[in-house]
This record gives sequence, C-alpha cells and structure tokens, in this order.
Amino acid sequence: MNKTNLVVLFGGILFGFGLAYSGMTKQEIVLSFLQLQDLGLIFVLGGAALVTALGINVLARFLKKPAFGEQYKPRTRILSWKTIVGAIIFGVGWGISGQCPGSAMASLGTGNYMVLIGIATMFIGAYLRGLLDS
Amino acid sequence: MFPLGIEPYLVGGIIIGVGVALIYLLTGLHATQSSFFTTTLSWFSKRKHFQKETNIKQRGWRVTLALGLIIGALIYTLTLSPTGFWVTTVQLWRLALGGLLVGFGTRLSSGCTSGHGISGLASLSKTSVVAVIVFMGVAIITANIVQLLGGLT
Repeated sequence: MNKTNLVVLFGGILFGFGLAYSGMTKQEIVLSFLQLQDLGLIFVLGGAALVTALGINVLARFLKKPAFGEQYKPRTRILSWKTIVGAIIFGVGWGISGQCPGSAMASLGTGNYMVLIGIATMFIGAYLRGLLDS
Repeated sequence: MFPLGIEPYLVGGIIIGVGVALIYLLTGLHATQSSFFTTTLSWFSKRKHFQKETNIKQRGWRVTLALGLIIGALIYTLTLSPTGFWVTTVQLWRLALGGLLVGFGTRLSSGCTSGHGISGLASLSKTSVVAVIVFMGVAIITANIVQLLGGLT
C-alpha cells in the first residue's frame, strides 16, 4: 500500500470512528434530528466542518504543499440547476431513510447489515445518474 | 433539543474533522464519500460518465476510504460502544427507496453530507452552502411528512 492510501486509510478510520461515536451510524438518530427531536447532528456537522476549515484555510497555508500529494486546492463546485435538483432529491432520500453515503458505509462496521440494502440502491442511483449523462 | 447531550455529537464531529483534515493536509485529497459510487462503477461500466480520467485516478483511494470508514466504526463498536453491534429498525422499503434517491441526488448535485457538508463548507464554497441548506431543508420536511404518515421508527 502506498503512502497516500495509508494516510487515507488512517484518516478514514478516524472519520468512521467519529461517525459511530456521534451516533450518525444509527439511522434512527439521524431521523430524530430531521424530525427536530434531537438537534445534535448540527454539532457533528459543525464540529467536523470547523476542524476541516482550520486545516484547509489555516494549516495548509503553513505547509504550502502536501507531503504525499501535488497541491492544495479547496473543494469548490460551480452552482447550477444540477446542484439544486440533486440536493432536493438527496434530501428526500435522506429524510425517508436517515442514510447518507458516509454514514451508511460506516454503519456496516457497527454490524448494521440492513444498510447493505441502502448501499446497493445508492449504487443503482449513481448508475442511473450516469445513464442520464449523455 | 438535546436528549442525549451535546458531548457525543461535538466530540464525534471533531474526530471526523481531524480525519478529514489529516487526509487533506498530507495528500491534498478531499475525503468525501458519494464519489465512491461513481468511481467504483468505473470498474463495471464502459459508459463515458464513469470512464472519466478523474474517476479512474480516484477509484483506488476511494475504496480505501470506504474501508477506513467501516474499520473505524467497527473499532468504536468493539471498544467504547455501550451497546455493541446493532441493527436498524427502519423499514426495508425506506432504506431501499431512500438509498436510491441518495445515490442519484448526491451524484447529480456533486456532493453529499461529507462533500458539500464537511469539505465544501470548510472550503467556504458558496455552492456547497446552497446545497446544504437545500438538502437539509428538504430532508427535514420529508422526515416530518413520513412521520405524520405513521411510517416510523
């Protein structure tokens, strides 16, 4: 395994551990946020985004260049109708099931085999999006 | 507002942020999840949408990231978790239909809770701010409608 993959694996393990620690691997807890009964998810997303923002906007400036990569480039996307319509469709799916891509994957590690169904249909959804892109 | 307290949420969020920031600082990569489906499909579909150079280039480390997520959650379950292994009681149709819409929607929108939510917001991307407001708003409305209809957890 090369150095990039080793870093991604280690960082991914922290990511997955944090998702499980915060309860995001439980669809019931995510749904209780979306039903406005437990607003804790805001602290998960806020905490993660703040720490990541510190890395992207402050620490990266000191390091100048990643040790095992080419360059630092913040994640930006062009706003289009696809962003909005995609976010609406994603929102309906998230609201129905309490699953999102990262938390569903991590949920497998908690023994939640039922989420394999959601992951399988996520693949189908991503494939259908590819079929529409001609 | 916070029946389980704030601590697990805030601490978990910070651990997630440390993982994502570490990956970015050492490799320059954004550890986001929904692209995993598209890049992985490049092994199985010859369509141009999946065979883009960036997909081929990213598909290896994206599988590694997905494995990391599973291993990290497994480590938590085997060590600190008060409840141990656990299976959701959300109905099968909701997992299946929800997953389908999540897969399609995140790929059309070019981001999910991690792509737009964590890395996008952390990158101060206006597009991601809009995406997060839209998907969170729609998800809150949807979850409340499903609850009203009685299909519940």
